[in-house]
Amino acid sequence: MAMEIRVSLLLLIFLSSAVISFSLYEDQVGLMDWHQRYIGKVKHAVFHTQKTGRKRVIVSTEENVVASLDLRHGEIFWRHVLGTNDAIDGVDIALGKYVITLSSQGSVLRAWNLPDGQMVWETSLHTAQSSKSLLSVPINLKFDKDYPVLVFSGGYLHAVSAIDGEVLWKKDFTAEGFEVQRVLQPPESSIIYVLGFLHSSEAVVYQIDSKTGEVVAQKSMVFPGGFSGEISSVSSDKVVVLDSTRSILVTIGFLDGVISFQKTRISDLVEESGNAEILSPLLSDMLAVKVNRRTIFVRIGGEGKLEVVDSLSDETAMSDSLPVADNQVAFASVHHEGSKIHLIVKLVDDLDTVLLRESIQMDQHRGRVHKVFINNYIKTDRSNGFRALIVMEDHSLLLLQQGAIVWSREEGLASVIDVTTAELPVAKDGVSVAKVEHTLVDWLKGHMLKLKGSLLLASPEDVAAIQEMRMKSSGRSKLTRDHNGFRKLFIALTRAGKLFALHTGDGRIVWSMLLKSPSKSEACQRPSGISLYQWQVPHHHAMDENPSVLVVGRCGSDSSAPGVLSLVDVYTGKEISSSGIGHSVVQVMPLPFTDSTEQRLHLIADTEGHVHLYPKTSEALSIFQREFQNVYWYTVEGDGGIIRGHAMKSSCAGETADEYCFTTRELWTVVFPSESEKIISTLTRKPNEVVHTQAKVSTDQDVLYKYVSRNLLFVATVSPKGAGEISSVTPEESTLVVYLIDTITGRILHRLSHQGCQGPVHAVFSENWVVYHYFNLRAHKYEVTVVEIYDQSRAENKNVWKLVLGKHNLTAPISSYSRPEMFTKSQSYFFAQSVKTIAVTSTAKGITSKQLLIGTIGDQILALDKRFVDPRRTLNPSQAEKEEGIIPLTDSLPIIPQSYITHSLKVEGLRGIVTAPAKLESTTHVFAYGVDLFYTRLAPSKTYDSLTDDFSYALLLITIVALVAAIYITWVLSEKKELSEKWR
Amino acid sequence: MAPILRSTSLLALLVFQISLFFFASTLPTSSGTEDSYTITGRVRIPASTAIGHAAKFSNIKVVLNGGQNITFLRPDGYFTFHKVTAGTHLIEVYALGFFFSPVRVDVSARHHGKVQATLTETRRSLTELVLEPLRADQYYEMREPFNVMAILKSPMGLMVGFMVVVVFLMPKLMENIDPEEMKRTQEELRNQGVPSLSSLLPASR
Repeated sequence: MAMEIRVSLLLLIFLSSAVISFSLYEDQVGLMDWHQRYIGKVKHAVFHTQKTGRKRVIVSTEENVVASLDLRHGEIFWRHVLGTNDAIDGVDIALGKYVITLSSQGSVLRAWNLPDGQMVWETSLHTAQSSKSLLSVPINLKFDKDYPVLVFSGGYLHAVSAIDGEVLWKKDFTAEGFEVQRVLQPPESSIIYVLGFLHSSEAVVYQIDSKTGEVVAQKSMVFPGGFSGEISSVSSDKVVVLDSTRSILVTIGFLDGVISFQKTRISDLVEESGNAEILSPLLSDMLAVKVNRRTIFVRIGGEGKLEVVDSLSDETAMSDSLPVADNQVAFASVHHEGSKIHLIVKLVDDLDTVLLRESIQMDQHRGRVHKVFINNYIKTDRSNGFRALIVMEDHSLLLLQQGAIVWSREEGLASVIDVTTAELPVAKDGVSVAKVEHTLVDWLKGHMLKLKGSLLLASPEDVAAIQEMRMKSSGRSKLTRDHNGFRKLFIALTRAGKLFALHTGDGRIVWSMLLKSPSKSEACQRPSGISLYQWQVPHHHAMDENPSVLVVGRCGSDSSAPGVLSLVDVYTGKEISSSGIGHSVVQVMPLPFTDSTEQRLHLIADTEGHVHLYPKTSEALSIFQREFQNVYWYTVEGDGGIIRGHAMKSSCAGETADEYCFTTRELWTVVFPSESEKIISTLTRKPNEVVHTQAKVSTDQDVLYKYVSRNLLFVATVSPKGAGEISSVTPEESTLVVYLIDTITGRILHRLSHQGCQGPVHAVFSENWVVYHYFNLRAHKYEVTVVEIYDQSRAENKNVWKLVLGKHNLTAPISSYSRPEMFTKSQSYFFAQSVKTIAVTSTAKGITSKQLLIGTIGDQILALDKRFVDPRRTLNPSQAEKEEGIIPLTDSLPIIPQSYITHSLKVEGLRGIVTAPAKLESTTHVFAYGVDLFYTRLAPSKTYDSLTDDFSYALLLITIVALVAAIYITWVLSEKKELSEKWR
Repeated sequence: MAPILRSTSLLALLVFQISLFFFASTLPTSSGTEDSYTITGRVRIPASTAIGHAAKFSNIKVVLNGGQNITFLRPDGYFTFHKVTAGTHLIEVYALGFFFSPVRVDVSARHHGKVQATLTETRRSLTELVLEPLRADQYYEMREPFNVMAILKSPMGLMVGFMVVVVFLMPKLMENIDPEEMKRTQEELRNQGVPSLSSLLPASR
């Protein structure tokens, strides 16, 4: 024990002498870190290829990103990530130079400069009710040198000037409850037709003067059957809509403001019956209807007569129509056939004329085609060429041109929902993966260059050479395990249900895999992923087994939907097994037991209060039976404000149950008063965290024992009024209360109340401390509080004599049932930024000091040393305390720009930070995900256990050579001197 | 007063600046519900960092209440939050390379949306909502220029230094020792057989 204390004391002193802040030289960027920029699943795309300049495509995505992409290479020219509740409803190009976006349910209209993405103007539109929103940029509507943009949203129709965003006029439709469906503008006319439905049973057409917004004429007609809402405009004076039974197509003509209906039964058109669906594409004189997974094309004749002209059997994605030369209109359709996709571009007027037919080999793991956008260009032989932008089921974005994939973007990675780590395979003996790329001379040359660089004597060319050498060196992107554990795989599960394995060295995708449905049923074509767990991490036994991860998914969005378990081999990326489990998934609990092949036991709780054991083997069952009495877990009901503790009871009864199903009993409940407290955050320690020592020694030979328990739950509650956004309440109305609850006994170990504070609470729990970030309404600043928990029952074991004579309780058994004697220390500081997420570094043995990784709302990640959030900080620390590394107390936490681990990059749309230990104790992997991905390797106390990359071997070599030379010279000199003395 | 002073272009420019500040303060929206106001402000970045100014400008985000609303800057540096309720709010500006203090903004319902702004970091109150960075952030460590002392202080330098000391100073020290004493010590050493550390040092004499 004493030895332990001494060692840790030495270590503490040693570590505290290390430099506090993480810092990076500019030429070290990209050595350990990588950054990938994404945009998310594309919703709308608008091509901009008219001018002879850069060809680009403007896209808006489901991650609320508006971006301009290079059409040649798929790179991002610019992009903007809007706020989380600022979803984009429409995007278009106006005046040929502005990108117009409509967002926030049609209440915000913004214009961005097309070349550089600078926002030009922003207009807030008045909305009164929620309705669908519509953005329309008329091409040839112009008056008084102004080009209006028409927006319908929230019951109002606005005409907004495209030049400066000024509202030219607005028309109130809120009183009538009128829903605009289409804004049509006949060419060469200043009258616009606004067609909409009233209470979805009456069609109304307004003729509005586009200059003033005045209603020139209004016609309405009641359709007794009622409309279903989907609409397809087929020409400038006709639209087609489905009735409410979805079996009749209604053609609404409004020529010269006169409304006429014409009904056609779908069963008259095709034999098949069933609910029809109008596909959204805008095709002129033509309509696409989906009946029973068949897509039929219907031509609208001159008198509104409908006739079927074509049908496609398989699932088909279609583009909007695109005007090509000679008043012709084309559209594209894409369908699958085996492992190929077929892109067909046809003329709308003449479906037999196929302008383009291409077959492209497509990766199976991209799933089906979801969306197609086409664009044409004039080839050198004056014929039309087409390029198609397609969005796949895994959210990836591809550009097809001339029968090949020109570029592709893995946009699925913009919506990562869970991340875990995995090891790479061990390098096999005999097979040398590393090339012998350096001769000694090259090696020396390289190091001489490095030496020059570190002495700032290098010329710019030298610097570039050094940079290149560093990027290539050390085999950092090899696919084998390395000695330091720097090379690893991050396995990321995306919202589209795709798994990606990313290499830590350079961030490339090693393999990717789209989850498959175990059954071929209609209800569950593609399961959605929920979470990822490490299923099998072989190390001692079963070394020949490949490690695998468990992907838990479910069929459908409802929480009671049946779950799907999938096991994926980490080395190959192949699915080992996939099975529907027949019950829902509420909570997945990895247990601290593994079977003989190192498969980890997992418990899955369902909605009926049963738990199921996985893997379903008799061995796992026997292991679990042994520990049956010691398995506890808890559930948090956020709405009811209740936390419940559960234990195992018995095997499930009933005919459907198998022997791996267990019933549970409730042990305890903690009920928070619903009128004063609402749970906003709960948190436990990471189950795989390593704590090096329980004792904490201060310089005055005092020992504090950390209360290290895996069964602690941190709960933050706030007054119901203060549960909203910050600043929405007065300080008197909101109180933040935090609890530490033992999850075995349900005992509240600590309660701390912050008057006049509110959430959101972002917390991190590690070892024996919790750090949480919240908003202080009185000071109107953010605050960070640290709570450290110490074990009182061991505080008496300081006396050496007691230790020697054995009068200590160190060997007394620790029980989770016993009432812990503990005390806490806490301290609060101001923090000058909003926070999105907080994480903490983790290392292999837990010896290295810790850093908090704070993801700020500016999408940067700040590394803050744990010593800044130490409750033992005082205003004037004594000399001894200073030696221990205690920093004088300040009222706010410092934000040192050099300690941003993202340096001059942003992880746009940051959502989470994951840390994983490397094998080298000093180093930790950090992976941050959001719309962007960012990875770096951190050494919170500097790399005290290895030489840095900067270490100058050349200088060492030169020194040694110089010393050897000096020895030789002095030896020769002394020989001579001796000789001359002897001659004397 | 503006027309009187518009005699020289310089003065006009000055007045233009002042009038900008004047309008930069908040104006309540006349339309809509009673408690919905508009906050308009301006972000100004010192001209000394004018290189890449425009590029940086387009990447600045202004955040209301920790993410409730996010808006961007117009080319002239202005930003606007629409549909803001009366009460106290927090505005933060995020620009790469600069650190801005969060601003506490009180929108008064009584005075038709009049705005009072205070920097929460320095507790300085602003007369108009013009936000300037507290400091420019340097994300990278600067490389120390070539320095002889730094080389000497490095482990390698210390090693060389020690060797130099041993090579050149030790013989000097040895010279100072009386030869007879030297002989005696050597004999002693031979007699003892086991050399001790203290006997090797010249200071043991």
